[in-house]
Amino acid sequence: MKLRLRIASFSAPIIALSIAFGLSSLILLFIGKDPIETFRIMFEYGIKGKSIVSIINRSIPLYISAIAVAVGFKMGLFNIGVEGQYLVASLIAAFIGSQFSIITPIHILFIIIIAIACSAMWAAIAGYLKVKKGIHEVISTIMLNYIGTGLIAYGLTNVFDEAGSDYELPRTPELPESGQMPALNNLFRLDDLQDLHGFLFVAIAAGIFYYWLVWKTTLGFDLRITGANPVAAKFSGINPNRLIIVAMVTSGGFAGLVGLGPLLGYFHRFTIDFPTGLGFAGIAVALLGRNHPFGMGIGALLFAFLERSSQILDLNDVPKEIERMLQAFILLIVVVFYEIIRRFIVKQQVKDASKKVET
Amino acid sequence: MIKNIYSFILKRYVVITPLLLVLIVAQREEYSQLTTSGTFGSAIRLAIPIMLAGLGGLFSEKTGVVNIGLEGMMIMGTWFGAWGGFTYGAWQGVFIGMLGGALFGFIHAIATVSFQVDHIVSGVAINILAAGVARFLNVISFEDIAYASSTASPRITGEIGKMTVPFLAGGPINDEETFNLFGNIENLDIFLISDFAGFILGFLSNISYLTIFALAIVPFSLFILWHTPIGLQMRSVGEYPTGSESLGVNVYLMKYIGVTISGALSGLAGAYLVIGGTGIYLEGQTGGRGFIGLASMLFGNYKPFGILMGSGLFGFADALQLRSPQAVHGLLIVISIFLFVLVLKTLFEKKYTQSLISLLFSGAFLIWFLNSTTIPNQFVYFTPHITTLIVLSFANQRIKLPEKIGVPYKKGELT
Repeated sequence: MKLRLRIASFSAPIIALSIAFGLSSLILLFIGKDPIETFRIMFEYGIKGKSIVSIINRSIPLYISAIAVAVGFKMGLFNIGVEGQYLVASLIAAFIGSQFSIITPIHILFIIIIAIACSAMWAAIAGYLKVKKGIHEVISTIMLNYIGTGLIAYGLTNVFDEAGSDYELPRTPELPESGQMPALNNLFRLDDLQDLHGFLFVAIAAGIFYYWLVWKTTLGFDLRITGANPVAAKFSGINPNRLIIVAMVTSGGFAGLVGLGPLLGYFHRFTIDFPTGLGFAGIAVALLGRNHPFGMGIGALLFAFLERSSQILDLNDVPKEIERMLQAFILLIVVVFYEIIRRFIVKQQVKDASKKVET
Repeated sequence: MIKNIYSFILKRYVVITPLLLVLIVAQREEYSQLTTSGTFGSAIRLAIPIMLAGLGGLFSEKTGVVNIGLEGMMIMGTWFGAWGGFTYGAWQGVFIGMLGGALFGFIHAIATVSFQVDHIVSGVAINILAAGVARFLNVISFEDIAYASSTASPRITGEIGKMTVPFLAGGPINDEETFNLFGNIENLDIFLISDFAGFILGFLSNISYLTIFALAIVPFSLFILWHTPIGLQMRSVGEYPTGSESLGVNVYLMKYIGVTISGALSGLAGAYLVIGGTGIYLEGQTGGRGFIGLASMLFGNYKPFGILMGSGLFGFADALQLRSPQAVHGLLIVISIFLFVLVLKTLFEKKYTQSLISLLFSGAFLIWFLNSTTIPNQFVYFTPHITTLIVLSFANQRIKLPEKIGVPYKKGELT
């Protein structure tokens, strides 16, 4: 791609961000707050050492969730069910992981494998329903989210509840020492700050694996060609039904990792205040980062930054929910601008090509 | 003649067998809640939001725009409905809720029609946007008001009236009670006839004017879409936009109209949840009903009365879970026997693997039924959602989608 077009494609998120901040500023003005002051407070709070560790911790599950969604997006498959998949997987992995104790790396690997397997199986239901019954994956995954929530509520109180605990609310037994992921603070010499989750490395590995899978393997090629042109893909001999199942299972597999960052690094058990909503946030991050491993990383950090830095706002008498609006604005405006820029680039490429033909 | 009836039953066995089984199971004392007028009454109240969302989906998808954002538009309907209901009064709340939904429909139209953004991407973005906006608006609007929190609004003021039809359902005339025809029949406990009377009674007694208004939209949508010039234009845009354009139809305008109406109807669905139901806005109270509405649209094969039927089914499932977990337990045996019918059918068609799977599930449900007396609350909560999946897996194969559904249309471009 030519430099000019490359710049154009990078301009989309920047324009979208500016417009989203502009809109949010207008809203802040409307409710009688000073937007510049608000954003300054947020920024100052967001770049403190403590905040940065928190932002990285928050961005880990967001990033993995975005990857899970992106695997499907690459072939035009919408896995809206990451939410249910990771919660189901986290509960079961947390319970099984708490039942025994072996050396740390094996223990953690075992928990990871269980989470991936559970989540992939849960996602496979949606793949099956699409292939065999023709139910659109958006509907089936949403319904499976609600079913999953119900099953989790039942399982947590009746099956996986810690036996003999006098804690009032249901929760799984705590992971033994060997199943807890060590923090990275010693590695980066962050002594007086809170734990930096060790799962960071898994997230980075997942990003690299995702890149390899989608851009360097035949499966990835099949995914991309189906996403770009389903008809052409079919005629080139790709079995769409098989691919739907494979993509759904792969996406679900990544989804299994989403809850493990918080689980292994901080909670060490599944409780009713285990973080939810990461699946939906992942969709936003995937759209923002355009399914690119690097772009999604930036997106995850940005969203985590907004989430963390907005915490300070309530102390300054600004409703911190402005951050949700801001995220949503960014998302909606960015998809519009990506489309505009995409069309612009295609037009330019056609123009350039026809110029070449003429000369 | 007999052959016709036979083939009719065979084709509709998916609907007829469970219906019959429910009626039979309802004869048992402990499952009688399955077919009382009370259950049907709440089934209607719960079906209306799903039906309205389904009709919303219809208006949008007939013009070729996939609307996954129904849920988000419904969320806007709940918040704006509650805000309008609190500030001005019940009927004003309904109207304001519709406007709120329509606004988000309009945003969806801008993204998908004018900017040709992928319809599902835009819909997903709308849902996330709506959740954020509703939360924010709720926080800034009801900051200093008692009984409001960041996730709940104060109670609406005013009320939508209710009525009971005189003579047929025992409604009063000039404050005097009248004869209750269907009520008496229901109390006689005659097989089928009393159950049917209960069904009719559900429509006739204690019915809110808002429900009547919503039900009237069904024939109205049918009329607009299939019997007016603008309806024809809207449908043509979904089937063959290039051809419509060449005949002078304003494709963009039709799509804008369709998607905005879709938003308004979803907004009404949300407002109904608040004003006809809880009386307050609660975060997450739509509970996926926008998506269930979409499912009822698919179930109803893109026809208003089909949508009414589909949403009735989901409303029934919802009503059971709210009114009587006991009755949901009765459904277990219904499912088990239905699956057994399926076993026989697949055996007859020589699909042995399917048959075996059905048999296993049938046995599992039977064992579950025999070894329990109720269903855990947590399972009851997702009855409507699992119903959606089951219903769609049996009903989805024969639907006729609009030809150019989900395909972005750009003026002057051949696709």
